[in-house]
Amino acid sequence: MSTSLFNKVVHRQLLLAFRRPAALLNPLTFYAVVIALMPLGLGPERQVLADFAPGLLWITALLASLLSAETLLRSDYDDGSLEQLITSGGSVYLAALGYVISHWLMTGLPLMLLAPLFSQLLSMPIEGVLALVAGIGVGTLLLSALGTLGAALTVALRRGGMLISLLLLPLEVPVLILGAGLVERAISGLAIQGLLSILVGLAVLAVTLVPIAIAASIRISLEV
Amino acid sequence: MLFQCRDLNVFRGERYLLTSLAWEVSEGEVWQIKGENGSGKTSLLRCMSGLAPQSFEGDLTRTDSLLYLGHKAGVKADLTVLENVRLQLGGSLSEDPTDWLEALDYVGLSPFVNELAYRLSAGQCRRIALARLLCTKAKLWLLDEPLTAIDTAGVQLIERQIDHHIARGGAVIYTSHQALELTTPARVVSLRGEGGRPDVD
Repeated sequence: MSTSLFNKVVHRQLLLAFRRPAALLNPLTFYAVVIALMPLGLGPERQVLADFAPGLLWITALLASLLSAETLLRSDYDDGSLEQLITSGGSVYLAALGYVISHWLMTGLPLMLLAPLFSQLLSMPIEGVLALVAGIGVGTLLLSALGTLGAALTVALRRGGMLISLLLLPLEVPVLILGAGLVERAISGLAIQGLLSILVGLAVLAVTLVPIAIAASIRISLEV
Repeated sequence: MLFQCRDLNVFRGERYLLTSLAWEVSEGEVWQIKGENGSGKTSLLRCMSGLAPQSFEGDLTRTDSLLYLGHKAGVKADLTVLENVRLQLGGSLSEDPTDWLEALDYVGLSPFVNELAYRLSAGQCRRIALARLLCTKAKLWLLDEPLTAIDTAGVQLIERQIDHHIARGGAVIYTSHQALELTTPARVVSLRGEGGRPDVD
């Protein structure tokens, strides 16, 4: 019964995303546009672009994830679905986990799959691509967990957009540092297992524990 | 006993809406909460449903098996009528597809099963929420203004459904400015507003 609540949330979110593809494509378009503008702003010098590429790719991934987090729970709050979730006596933890996973499937996964393409737009050395894909895949899972938490905390506030960035950026900066560091090390030919393990560990911790905080935040937000 | 409270004070911000409410709801009972606008009907129901655990003081015990139907219908505009029932975020709903279709047929939405909810009228969206009453296994129903946007036929439908639920041993608490015609006459909690003690009779 309660696992079905997880399935229901994921199913609902994916279905809604495909009914409104604009929302699904928004973070990806943002990512593509920012990366495409970089050579225009920084100049077409291959070496300059390659030096900055790991950091730029990661900053953009972080912002794309942050951008899509704000509206994550908005409509479920507005139409009363969250009230139904809380009063039904089902597991809010599993529902929160469902929101995290579905957010990752809609932003993290496509970013991970397109990362090799974008990295080549910035002529990043090929040795770093695997580290970038692994890092973005794991790192965005962390970003989705934190983004959902931010959404749950600010859902009752009108125009919580600025607040959500303020709340989340300090929490998300370590992901940026680890992720970009991972790619730099791979490009320099150093071992990446250590940093990758830390990132995976953090992601596992976030995905299992942050839904507790998300569930509590949803309850607080509903108490008008 | 499905719900019980003693010395219950409900407040909103700094202001008390009602004080020292003692009330018990058992199986087979229907209760109507009456009161003027702003007297705290919705706030009391929200406390009872567990949506507002920080807005009251006093003892409150309730069953976990409850269904809350608030001002917001919980209907998703971008989902079809059937998906709205199937993917409802309620925990105690029937998982059987024939139950969903029967419920939608009963509330008169069978021609629109695969229609997106935003193409329906406000009253029809409200009927999607009513279909939930037919699929739920919850014992205690908390209905906040269930008659909003509902036509005469819809009101009769709600009355029949409440009668059926009472006959099965459930209990219903509703707020409305209009009395429902039920087989079991509804007992009344009248809120006085301004932090007064409500009458339970």
